[in-house]
Amino acid sequence: MKMSDQYCTFFLDGLFFGVEVRMVQEVIRYQELTRVPLASRAISGLMNLRGQIVTAINLRQRLGLPERTGSKLPMNVVVRTDDGAASLLVDEIGDVQTVDADAFERIPDTLHGEVRTLIKGAYKLPDRLLLTLDITKAATPETEK
Amino acid sequence: MSELEFITREFLLESCENLDQLDRDLVMLEQDPQNQEYLAGIFRTIHTIKGSCGFLGFGKLESVTHAGESLLSKLRDGELQLQAETTTGLLSLVDAVREMLANIEVAGSEGSQDYAGLIETLMRLQAGKSDCDARAGNSSSSGGALATEDCGAGHNGGGSLSDEDARANRVTIGEAAPGGVSDSTIRVDAGLLDKLMNRVGELVLARNQILQSSSMASDAELLSTAQRLNLITTELQEGVMKTRMQPIGNIWGKFPRLVRDLALQCGKQVQIELEGKETELDKTIVEAIKDPLTHLVRNAVDHGIETPAMRLARGKPAEGRLVLRAFHEGGQVNIEITDDGAGLDVERISQKAIENGLLTHDQILRMNDREVAQLIFAPGFSTAAAVSNVSGRGVGMDVVKTNVEKIGGTVDVQSVPGNGTTIKIKIPLTLAIIPALIVTCDGDRFAIPQVSLLELVRLEEEQARSGIERLHGAPVYRLRGHLLPIVDLRRELELPPRAAAGPADLNNNVVVNIVVLRADDRQFGLVVDAINDTEEIVVKPLGKQLKGITVFAGATIMGDGKVALILDVLGMAQRAHVVAEDRERSLVDQATRPTEQHRDLRTLVILAVGDRRLAIDIALVSRLEEIARADIEGADDRDVVQYRGQIMPLLHVGKLLGIPHADAQVDRPLQVIVHSQRDRSVGLVVDRIIDIVQTTVEVTRPANNDNLLASAVIQQRVTDLVDVPSLIRRADPMFYEASVEEAVVA
Repeated sequence: MKMSDQYCTFFLDGLFFGVEVRMVQEVIRYQELTRVPLASRAISGLMNLRGQIVTAINLRQRLGLPERTGSKLPMNVVVRTDDGAASLLVDEIGDVQTVDADAFERIPDTLHGEVRTLIKGAYKLPDRLLLTLDITKAATPETEK
Repeated sequence: MSELEFITREFLLESCENLDQLDRDLVMLEQDPQNQEYLAGIFRTIHTIKGSCGFLGFGKLESVTHAGESLLSKLRDGELQLQAETTTGLLSLVDAVREMLANIEVAGSEGSQDYAGLIETLMRLQAGKSDCDARAGNSSSSGGALATEDCGAGHNGGGSLSDEDARANRVTIGEAAPGGVSDSTIRVDAGLLDKLMNRVGELVLARNQILQSSSMASDAELLSTAQRLNLITTELQEGVMKTRMQPIGNIWGKFPRLVRDLALQCGKQVQIELEGKETELDKTIVEAIKDPLTHLVRNAVDHGIETPAMRLARGKPAEGRLVLRAFHEGGQVNIEITDDGAGLDVERISQKAIENGLLTHDQILRMNDREVAQLIFAPGFSTAAAVSNVSGRGVGMDVVKTNVEKIGGTVDVQSVPGNGTTIKIKIPLTLAIIPALIVTCDGDRFAIPQVSLLELVRLEEEQARSGIERLHGAPVYRLRGHLLPIVDLRRELELPPRAAAGPADLNNNVVVNIVVLRADDRQFGLVVDAINDTEEIVVKPLGKQLKGITVFAGATIMGDGKVALILDVLGMAQRAHVVAEDRERSLVDQATRPTEQHRDLRTLVILAVGDRRLAIDIALVSRLEEIARADIEGADDRDVVQYRGQIMPLLHVGKLLGIPHADAQVDRPLQVIVHSQRDRSVGLVVDRIIDIVQTTVEVTRPANNDNLLASAVIQQRVTDLVDVPSLIRRADPMFYEASVEEAVVA
């Protein structure tokens, strides 16, 4: 782990998450999605990102959080994975945060389920916790059928 | 990269290209030993390589090419005649050069291989057969001098050598100037072209959006600018697409050499002919069919064409012919590989199939020769020992089939025992853009690749309510007497079922749209909500997250910028259990079906004129049209109509055949079958188009009219098969000829 790192942050169901800035291709407004029948529920659909077809991941579903309510549209955090770009649907975008490696702590053992494999750990910021995500795992839900 | 490395790279690139050309030229030269043009070309190539490697300090390469050059100069000056041995020597020279170049590319040096033997052979060829010793002294390179020559000696060769150089240079300049090929082409990295293609795709979408929003604006200037942008984008797109196209000749170039070497190995004589070398294909496709084609050519020489003795015994010329033909047809590229060899031995194939447990004796008995021939593509047939020394073909043919099908193509084999075999391959022009049928289901659009599409059936009213029957729970539809399994797209995709009052429910609604598809030789009907249109779509792969869903082949971006999924017809059929998931099983099933299914099946358009039923082979029909009587114009004392920007003559089939019939109702539009030949069309006017059927034709009696081929019983009724070309010639003797002339003039 480097001494300090920059994280692109966002909110999901009141929780504060971050992905490494170098993994983020861009952050864009909500785009119309084409649903994919038979796909895992964690896949919200496909979107057209300037001629490139990008799979949008329902991150709430992925993390076992309750579904989004209200009329506010989610935002796209487009991340680079080994398999091309994927988009994580999040509630709201935060600032880019520079964090100190010393403030990092692995997730406690009391957390279990699939969530445990997706969250790498937490940075203890003065006012709250920044949870870091394993992007590759978050972006590739198992195909259910 | 240092300057020297850069020069070495350029040298390697250029030399490799030249070597391929050399292979071709040498084989051509062997057939036409007097051809100075080939000789000069070969000499020039070797000379160029020699010159460059001397400069770059590759001594061994230089000495080998030098020996070759000396031999070539004698050939060129007419001091030596080309013999098979000489060609072999020169070809091994090419191999040696290629080997060293490969070494230079990998390791930076020519490698440790010793080429003394080769040099000696080249020298022997040069000296031993020289009939003009007196001139040898004056010639640029005498045998004695060469024997001890190393790379240094090449430069000490004296004045005579520089003479040689001067002459070669003159030839180079003289040849290059008129064609100017080297000036008008440049090399471009393929990755760059791919990137350009992607950027153009983005541009197209941006253009679409601009067009959409500008159409709502009232600014005239913006409108015209948007229109110009539209035009330029389209042209740019076409241009970039074209840069990715490659002539098929690029992969065929290696075949003359391959065939020559193989033929020598097997003690056969084979003449290879290449037709349609300039036929263009997308780069990715050219790469994908390279191996299958090589395999087929090998097979044809190895197993197809017989030995000269056997050929003579069978009354054929000693030299076998292998013809490779490529041409565009119907948006696809056709490649045919024809040999005039022994043909497939149906007996042995049947035996092998039984031995391998692929089929039972009874099953074989029920199959015709054509079906048996197709067995060579069966997976169980691929073991080399099984067939190669028996009748040939079948070695890895399943791999050929799989590879061709992977890129959306088809393979077919036709064979006449004793007369040869033709393998026909049909492949799409490009993988990137394919024609597709767009359908709607539960509000979403889906694209179905047109290659799998057979026909569209629309059931209305009463038909829609009762047309789809249930066979032990499984829905089927009677399509011209055959039961067509019905698959509901909504059900397969687990979309909500159609509302009871919706437009199309399987059981009790007003309209049912059935898309009849073919998957792995099976047909099934896919029920969709609505059929929109056909469109050219750009295929994009799906992310890893969705790879597991076999019913989708990819996705595409529609004109409005939204994403639509592309259905994988085979995957869909497997999911719905229309075809067995296991290929081999489906093959056996297919073989056990009544042979009628495949025996000389012809697709015929059935039509009525007066009280007669006529049939026309669908291959001769380009479109079926209804033409309003008001559109008919008279020109040159004949009925014509304007059709797709051309003047199309109308021929009344009834009149031409002398079939008495009541003058058709004036209020109904004319039923016209359009027949096209090259860029000309003619409309055949009939009373009624009854049906399109797939059937075997059993001729009941020969025709009693020149313009009819035969009479047959089709759908329990006597039907006459129309000889369309002869019928048209009767009305317009110049129809077929004229189109040829026009093409020449154009």
